[in-house]
Amino acid sequence: MNIANLLKIALKALNNNKLRCFLTMLGIIIGVASVITMLAIGQGSKNSIKAQISEMGSNMIMIHPGSMQRGGVRQSADDMKSLEVSDYEALQTLPGIAAISPSVNSSGQLVNGNNNYPSTIYGVTPDYLDIRKLKVKEGAMFTEHDIKSAAKVCILGKTVVDNLFPNGEDPVGRVIRFGKIPLTVVGVLESKGTNSMGMDQDDVVIAPYTTVMKRILAIDYIQGIFASAVDENRTEETIDRITEMLRRRHKIQPGADDDFDIRSQQELSQMMNSTSDMMTVLLACIAGISLLVGGIGIMNIMYVSVTERTREIGLRMSIGARGIDILSQFLIEAVIISVSGGVIGILVGCLATWLVNVIAHWPVYIQMYSVLLSFAVCTVTGIFFGWYPAKKAAGLDPIEAIRYE
Amino acid sequence: MLKHAYSNGMKEIIRVEKLRREFIVGGEKVKALRGVSFTIREGEFVTIMGTSGSGKSTLLNILGCLDTPTSGEYWLDGVSVQSMSKNQRAVTRNRKIGFVFQNYNLLPKTTAIENVELPLLYNPSVGARERREMAIKALEAVGLGSRLNHKSNQMSGGQQQRVAIARALVNDPVIILADEATGNLDTRTSFSILTLFQELHAKGRTIIFVTHNPELAEYSSRNIVLRDGKVVSDTCNDFPASAREAYENLPKEND
Repeated sequence: MNIANLLKIALKALNNNKLRCFLTMLGIIIGVASVITMLAIGQGSKNSIKAQISEMGSNMIMIHPGSMQRGGVRQSADDMKSLEVSDYEALQTLPGIAAISPSVNSSGQLVNGNNNYPSTIYGVTPDYLDIRKLKVKEGAMFTEHDIKSAAKVCILGKTVVDNLFPNGEDPVGRVIRFGKIPLTVVGVLESKGTNSMGMDQDDVVIAPYTTVMKRILAIDYIQGIFASAVDENRTEETIDRITEMLRRRHKIQPGADDDFDIRSQQELSQMMNSTSDMMTVLLACIAGISLLVGGIGIMNIMYVSVTERTREIGLRMSIGARGIDILSQFLIEAVIISVSGGVIGILVGCLATWLVNVIAHWPVYIQMYSVLLSFAVCTVTGIFFGWYPAKKAAGLDPIEAIRYE
Repeated sequence: MLKHAYSNGMKEIIRVEKLRREFIVGGEKVKALRGVSFTIREGEFVTIMGTSGSGKSTLLNILGCLDTPTSGEYWLDGVSVQSMSKNQRAVTRNRKIGFVFQNYNLLPKTTAIENVELPLLYNPSVGARERREMAIKALEAVGLGSRLNHKSNQMSGGQQQRVAIARALVNDPVIILADEATGNLDTRTSFSILTLFQELHAKGRTIIFVTHNPELAEYSSRNIVLRDGKVVSDTCNDFPASAREAYENLPKEND
């Protein structure tokens, strides 16, 4: 029997039971659609994290004071004063570092005339712009000279500008106050929007670190160092060099804990990726289970169908259908249900993905492999779960089947 | 000695020798056939008669290649069925045998023409167009040329049985096996179906009609009676009664 005849027979049989056929298909449709949607959401969030991280500077290295035990009491990392300006100056000479900036910050109220706004002021060097991939849109960055003189100048992020200059005046050249310290605005940063964790990256004020240290915080240590490796792939070895130099400078005995903590974006991205990977696997598992349930639905219906059509099977056998013909017929019926369910499921999945993106504004990304995978899985499901009922049909005794009531 | 009307040079279609068939039912051996032998030649219209339990259904299953005997020989159209595999028997059923059943066994929600095409779907040497032409020819032969696209549930019992006969004819079989083909029909329709069988016989078809109804014997050309798995009589009827006349003489239904 040729395949065209088989298809004709199977389609005819399915056509006689449209509703049942559709309900069976529904299991597969839901299964495939959920696999595609879940994987699209998982991959979308992964992509957006990746984009966010590379926006933040993919080869960034952050050095912070590490927590340390002092007389048996573990100290908070914030209380540590283990990093000094001299550490920063020493690290400047280290090979493999493209840009480096100390970091001190302070939260406080910014005031411009009648308008005031709470924000955080970051004390850094001009290198900071390269490290964080920031750009000055209007005005200019402060200079090395401003750093030496601890000049009362600052650069504002867009959010700060919007709040302090609500009427759209040009902030460059204006004097604002941070607490009681007057600062001249010399530039405005280009907007970067929110990052993957929902933080507003434009809610920022940048000033020379000397200004923040001496005039605002009145401290003689620095709170952190930002650096960037010359190459993303050389981040690891640069971190090793920094560790070695800082341990030597801080006179840390071999075997003792570091009194500082170095993190790179790579670690951060790995950490966040592993979280989102886990979520993706979890979602895919749930979706996979629903596909399995859909498959069992096919098996169930095919069994019912074989019993119900025993007489038909007996007739087909008595007019010359071989076992293999009956087996193929029922197998093809199962595969048609699962494959067309799969195709509809893919369409529904794409639609659902699009809706998630439009309504919930979640980042999504449909990968070709997830479509192919779910399609392959549901075809295999059809064959696997259709096999036993089809085998049962083919094994019927025509004499008994034709007289079955 | 038996004298057969068609024994003069006509080809042997069926020859069975010492057929035995035993079943094990509930641990006991049941002998359904105890040595049945006969020969059927081309163009015969044979009724096989017997009460229930006489072994006629078992004999029909064996003649129809659905079952194999425990011992004995069966040649269909000169080929020994004994030596065939299951699949070969399926192909034989498809090419050489036409079945007509008591309860028609048409596919539900399926048109007459599609039902008749069914045996040809299992014959890969027949193309789609040829299949349709053959099905139309078979339906015309049973007088349903105007009802090609009626669905099986839109037809009367007699019409359904005609479709079933067309389905049995479509592959141009060497033998038509009818199993109580009039058993589900009222008297008038029974005679009209019987008339159809006689017409087919007149055109040279070889027909075996299995029934428990002794009245039907007078319409066939030969009658074999089975009892307890044995042939108890095998008689020729050189002048079969006309089913058409019987049909026309039936009282018209007034109520």
